[in-house]
Amino acid sequence: MTQVEAAPIAYRPTRPPGRSVRRSPSGFGLGVGFVTIYLSLIVLIPLGAVVARSNSQGLSGLWHQITQPDALSSLRLTVAVSALVSVVNAFMGTLIAWTLVRDRFPGQRVIDALIDLPFALPTIVAGLVLLALYGPTSAIHLRLAYTRPAVVIALLFVTLPFVVRSVQPVLMELDQEMEEAAKSLGAGSFTTFRRVVLPNLIPAILAGTALSFARAISEFGSTVLISGNIPNKTEVAAVHIYSQIQSDNVSGAAALSTLLLLIALVVLAAFTFIQRWAIRRG
Amino acid sequence: MGKWIGRIVALAYLMLLLIVPVGIVFFRTFRHGFSPFWDAITTTQAEHAFRVTLEVAIFAVIGNTVFGLIAAMLLARHRFPGRAALNALIDLPLAVSPVVVGLALILVYGRFEPIGRFLDNHGIKVIFSLPGMVLATIFVSLPLLARELVPVLEEIGIEQEQAAWTLGASGLQTFRRITLPAIRWALAYGVVLTLARALGEFGAVAVVSGGLVGKTQTLTLYVQQEFQNFDPIGAYAASFVLAVIAIVVLIIINVLRPKEHS
Repeated sequence: MTQVEAAPIAYRPTRPPGRSVRRSPSGFGLGVGFVTIYLSLIVLIPLGAVVARSNSQGLSGLWHQITQPDALSSLRLTVAVSALVSVVNAFMGTLIAWTLVRDRFPGQRVIDALIDLPFALPTIVAGLVLLALYGPTSAIHLRLAYTRPAVVIALLFVTLPFVVRSVQPVLMELDQEMEEAAKSLGAGSFTTFRRVVLPNLIPAILAGTALSFARAISEFGSTVLISGNIPNKTEVAAVHIYSQIQSDNVSGAAALSTLLLLIALVVLAAFTFIQRWAIRRG
Repeated sequence: MGKWIGRIVALAYLMLLLIVPVGIVFFRTFRHGFSPFWDAITTTQAEHAFRVTLEVAIFAVIGNTVFGLIAAMLLARHRFPGRAALNALIDLPLAVSPVVVGLALILVYGRFEPIGRFLDNHGIKVIFSLPGMVLATIFVSLPLLARELVPVLEEIGIEQEQAAWTLGASGLQTFRRITLPAIRWALAYGVVLTLARALGEFGAVAVVSGGLVGKTQTLTLYVQQEFQNFDPIGAYAASFVLAVIAIVVLIIINVLRPKEHS
């Protein structure tokens, strides 16, 4: 395939002398220009407008908006639930990755492929799917819908792949000889895991946890149907922003948006830091 | 013993969180046979939602494919001032809540903002209309393609490209005949990811579209509306279609991924 395609180039007569064979600099300039304009019009200027609007009445205005009781309670709920979800993910994600790499059972490849389903499934469908098991028409009479635990389940669903997919490759690369050495020296399997395997996994677990936290605090679609969006109770920050936009309180929406943006950026910076730290550690 | 406990806990967790709920929705979609499902997805409103979703997704995929190719070439093949900034900014959309994406676009392209008013005076309606939905969809799926291409471009190196230039091929010829064939699987993979994200976007589109039935309602907005109107079969049927698309995407991804290494 490649040979056939490369052939016409190989047999091309050389160009007349004098014409440059360098890639044209104008193409490079055009590329930079296009990328800059595209990013600016779609991402940078709009996000700048959000930050500008949140500051239109100064920092005290921003503070006033985010300390409104409804806003504050949605923010508290979002941060608390996201933290809980991230901790659960750190444990369950590692366990699932372990099961997928070290265990052997029928149907394993299907399960492995299904882990990515929460990323591929539209968030509104995720919400609907969870309502089928945890909603008013629950098949197992587990009615969690419109309560805070429902928010936790929705966020656990959409963040499932992060820790699994960051730990899995590390676990696959891990040399099992060290574990065998530990066992032959008399360590139990739990001690071996804690002293030999876990230290190697920590950076991957932390990185996956950071990503799942960032995703959880900004999540909207999956919580819309299942949480019932009850202000002061089950309304997460993104849903609160949405309801503020609907009721024309754009400044309030912008203030909370800026804060969410800031939290997400800090978490992603932590993620980058963890990755660099992991690379330095080898 | 410990091995068994681990396996059972992991699988039970996946069953309760993922497999059983998805299974129930599939079951309920076809509980009364195939014809209620077919009737639900062939109503005028559903068909229109399909069409809007496809239109928006196609525009977004085209935009982000062009952007992703150019940005990836710049990042992998050139050293220039601002490269580090570009590298960081490309990932920015992943950190932004979909609702904030919608709000951000309203604050620039809304009818009461300077740019939005200017466009409106010239007959271009962005918010509550297709262009705004395309912009929102582009925003949320922006990094996916570039992030797939950059590592592949870096791995294949520039030796073949340099050989082509030396033999007199132009920049475009080199790209078309050398670079493009080498990255075609990563490109296909990135396009599939972008398309999946575009078809399934909900939050950002919900904010900018207004969800006008028969005009700006996409499939995901249709799911929400049907569910809230107590028409679960409509919501389940449309969800089933979206879920099948997601599963097909997963299968394609699992087929495409290994080819990258061979």
